[in-house]
Amino acid sequence: MNETVISVKNLVKKFGDFVANDNLNFEVYKGEIFGFLGANGAGKTTAIRILSGLSSPTSGEVTVAGVDAFHRPELIKKQIGYMCQKFSLYEDLTVKENIILYGGIYGMKIGVIRQRVGELLEKLKFTEYENRIIADLPLGLRQKLAFSVAVLHNPKIVFLDEPTGGVDPVTRRQFWEMIYETASGGITVFVTTHYMDEAEYCDRISIMNEGRIVALDTPGNLKKNYNVGTVEEVFIRIARPEINKN
Amino acid sequence: MKRFLGFVNKEFLHIFRDFRTLIILFGIPVAQILIFGFAVSTEIKNANIAFLDFSNDEITRRIEDKIISSGFFNRTSDILNYNQIDGLFRKGKVREVIVFEKDFSRKLLSEGKATLDIITDGSEPNTATLVTNYTLAITTAFTQDLAKGSLTGAPQIVPQVRMYYNPNLQSHFMFVPGVITLILILICALMTSVTIAREKEFGTMEVLLVSPLKPVQIILGKVTPYFLLSFINVILILILSWLVFDLPVRGSLVLLLLESMLYILMSLSLGILISTVSKTMQQAIFISLIGLMVPTILLSGFIYPIENMPKIYDFVSAIIPPRYFIIIIKNIMIKGTGFLYVWKQTAVLMVMTALFIGVSIRKFKIRLQ
Amino acid sequence: MQNIVEASAVSKSFGTTGALEDISFNIGESEIFGFIGPDGAGKTTLFRVMTTLLVPDSGSVKVFGLDSVSDYRIIRNEIGYMPGRFSLYQDLTVEENLNFYATVFGTTVNENYDLISDIYSHIEPFKKRLAGKLSGGMKQKLALSCALIHKPRLLVLDEPTTGVDAVSRVEFWEMLKKLKAFNITIVVSTPYMDEAMRCDRVALIQEGHLLSINNPQAIKNEFRGRLFSVKAGEKHRLITALRQYPATLSAYPFGDAMHVTFVDDEPGETLGTFMKDQRLEDFIIEETEAGIEDRFLQLMSARETV
Repeated sequence: MNETVISVKNLVKKFGDFVANDNLNFEVYKGEIFGFLGANGAGKTTAIRILSGLSSPTSGEVTVAGVDAFHRPELIKKQIGYMCQKFSLYEDLTVKENIILYGGIYGMKIGVIRQRVGELLEKLKFTEYENRIIADLPLGLRQKLAFSVAVLHNPKIVFLDEPTGGVDPVTRRQFWEMIYETASGGITVFVTTHYMDEAEYCDRISIMNEGRIVALDTPGNLKKNYNVGTVEEVFIRIARPEINKN
Repeated sequence: MKRFLGFVNKEFLHIFRDFRTLIILFGIPVAQILIFGFAVSTEIKNANIAFLDFSNDEITRRIEDKIISSGFFNRTSDILNYNQIDGLFRKGKVREVIVFEKDFSRKLLSEGKATLDIITDGSEPNTATLVTNYTLAITTAFTQDLAKGSLTGAPQIVPQVRMYYNPNLQSHFMFVPGVITLILILICALMTSVTIAREKEFGTMEVLLVSPLKPVQIILGKVTPYFLLSFINVILILILSWLVFDLPVRGSLVLLLLESMLYILMSLSLGILISTVSKTMQQAIFISLIGLMVPTILLSGFIYPIENMPKIYDFVSAIIPPRYFIIIIKNIMIKGTGFLYVWKQTAVLMVMTALFIGVSIRKFKIRLQ
Repeated sequence: MQNIVEASAVSKSFGTTGALEDISFNIGESEIFGFIGPDGAGKTTLFRVMTTLLVPDSGSVKVFGLDSVSDYRIIRNEIGYMPGRFSLYQDLTVEENLNFYATVFGTTVNENYDLISDIYSHIEPFKKRLAGKLSGGMKQKLALSCALIHKPRLLVLDEPTTGVDAVSRVEFWEMLKKLKAFNITIVVSTPYMDEAMRCDRVALIQEGHLLSINNPQAIKNEFRGRLFSVKAGEKHRLITALRQYPATLSAYPFGDAMHVTFVDDEPGETLGTFMKDQRLEDFIIEETEAGIEDRFLQLMSARETV
C-alpha cells in the first residue's frame, strides 16, 4: 500500500512577486487520507489547484497518478475527482440531472451511469430527493452528494477543498465516514480544511504557513513532538512566532 | 461526443429555468422588431407645413394642392408675412414654410422663371433634408407637367432652400444635443443605481441601515457627488462642442445650465428608483442600460421624429423623460428661445423628478425585507 | 438589572421555509452570550431581527426594554453590528473606514479610542492600506473596531471568526473578554463548538429551534448517560465495528477517538470478544467527560427521532 500517487518536488508558484507556494516537497501514498492544513491565505488552495491540473506551477516537478501535472495537466482529469466548497453542483438542476451530467463529463457509459445513480441514491438515502433542485437541498445533503459525484467514476485520487465548512456536526461526521469508506476502497483522499479537529481523521497531515510546509507527519507524531493534546495546539505553537508579521 | 451532448443538455436546462434568459432570447427581438419597424422611418409622414403665399393665384394654389395631396404633409394655417415665420419655428409648430413670391404665375409664364422659397427647420437636419427633398421632388414634377403643356419652352420654378437655424445643415446640430441627453440620463441613472445596489450586494448596506443615518441622508449622500460631477460633465461637453463642432448656444447659457441641472437631478432620482428594485449590481446595470438606452435612442425623438410613428408610440414616448429634455436643449441651443417656449417641458421634468424621489423614499427599505 | 435583550416566542419564515420557530431567551447586561449552531440554523436571521433589520412574523424582541419594531430608531443608535465579514468598504483604507463609521454615529475616533485601542493597535501600522487588501484576521479586527467606535451598549457579532485562522480566533476572543469591563453586552454567533466555552452563557440552535440555553459547563453537565472514548489503530473499521455492536447507543468520531454511549451505560463484557472478532484487539476504552459538542450531537439526534 505504499505506492506513491502524488509526488511533489520543489514546487513553486508565484503570482507576480507574491510567492504563494514556496518550495513544497511531499509525497502521498495510495489509499491515504492526506490532510492539507493551514490558515486562509497560506497557499492551500493554490497547491490543490496545481495538483488537480487546474493551474500550472511556476517551477518544480509535480506527478499526479503517474502523470506529469506540469506539462500534461489534461491527462490528469480522467484520474481524479474534485470537489470544492464554493461550488460543485449546478444549483438549478436536480439531483439526478447533476449525477447524469457529471457521469457524462467523466466519459462514463450511459448504462453505467444509470446504474450508479440508483446505487448512489440508495446509499445516501436520497431516493426521495431524486428530482429535487439542488438549491432546495440543505447544505449538508449537498456536500454529501457533491462528494459522491466527485468519486462517481472511481478515480485514483479525489481532491477535496474545504468540503465541510459551516456544516452541522452530525453531517460533518457522516461526511468523514464517507471519506473513510472511500479511502479503504483504495481511492486516495487529499483534503484541505481549517477545522483542526478534522486533522485527526487523516492518516498524515501537512501544515502550511505563508506558502511553506512547516510540519508533515501523522497527527499522533506531531502531537507527541510538540507535547500537546490536539492538532490545534500544534498549529498555534507553529504559527505563534508569525503573529507579529500579520 | 456523449460528454458534449450531456453538456449541451445542461445548458438547455439552465436556459429554460431562468426566466430572465428567456426574456432576452425572445422578448427583446420581438420588441426590437416592433420598435424598429414602426419607430424608425426614413420617410416622412404628417410633417407640418405652412404656406406664405404672396400671389394667391391659380398656379400657386395648384402647387399647394399638389404638395398637400401627396400625403406626406399636414397643412397648418397660412401665414401672411415673414415675421410670423420665426415664431412658427420657435414654437416648433411647422417643419417647413413655403413662400411664393408676388406675381408668381405671371413671372413663371411670361418670364419663364419664378422663385419658391423653401424654409425648413434645420435644427433637425435629417428630417429637414427629407422634407426639403420631398418638397423639391413635388415641385420638380409640377414643373415638368407644366413644360408638357407649354409652347414657349420649359418654365422654371427656382427653389431657394434655406435651412433655418442651421444654414450649413450640419448634422451635429442634431447629434450633440441628442447625445448630451442620452449620455446624461444613462450615466446618471446607471451610476446611482449601481452604487446603491452595490452596498446591498456587498452587505455594507446592512450596517448603514442599523446606523443613525436616515434613508433621506443615504439617498442624498449618494446623489450629491454625482450631481456635482455630472454638472461639470455638461460644461465640458458644451465647451468641447463649441470648440470642435462650432456648436453655438444661441439662447441663454444660464437657462441651459439650469435646465441641465434639473435633468441631471431627474436622472439621478431615476437611478435611485431603479436601485430600490434591484437586488444586485447586475440587475441595476441591466435595467439602467437596456431599460433606458433603447427607448431613449429610438423613442425620444433623438434621431427619428415622433410624428412619424404610429400614435401609440406617441403615448409611450410621453413617459420618456429624454423626450422633453431634447426639446428644451434644442430650443435653447439651436433656436435660441427663452424660458417661455420651454416651460411646459420643464414643468413635466419637475413633476417627474418629484415623483421619482417621492417613490424612492417610500420604497427605500429601512429593513432588509 | 434590566435585561438588555428579551426575545419572546419569536418566529420567522421566508416563504415556506421556517427560519426561526418559537425562540425565547433573555440576555443580561455585560454578558457574553453565544449562539452556537451550523449553517442554516437561523443565527443570522435571529440577529437581523434583534438588530431591527427584520420584523418577526410572531413574537417580539425587546432591546434595552424597547420594542424592536416600533422603536427601531432609538435602538439603532446604541447597537454595534458586525454582519460577518462583509461590513467594510473594501476600497477605503483602514483609517477611512473607521472615520466613516465614527462620523455616521456622531462621534470621533478619538472620543472612544480607549475602547478599541487594544484591538486597533494590531492593525494601526496598516492604517493606510485598503481594507480589501487585509488578511482575514485583520479584517475582523477592523470590523470590530468599526462596530465599537461609538461605544454601543450592545455588540452583535454574526460569525466573526468564520474562515479565520486558529491563532486569530484566540486573539479575537481575548479582545471580547476585555470589553466586558466597559459594560458592553456582547452577542456572538459561531459554528465552532469550542468557542462556546468562552461565553458566559450559550444557546444551542439548530434548524430554527433552540435546543438548550445555559452556561457552557451546565450544558456539558446536561449530557445524559456516561460517555466513553474508544481508540484503535484502524479508525475506519472501528467506526463500523462500534456501529454493529449491539449495545452501542451512539457512536461518533471525535478526532482520533470515537465517543460512544451504550445501552444501560455499560459497555458490557462482550465488548472485548467482539473487538477481537473484528481484529481490533488494540482497542482502548475509557470513560471521558462530555463536551459541548457531545451534548449538541445528543440533542440533534434526539430531535431527529422525535
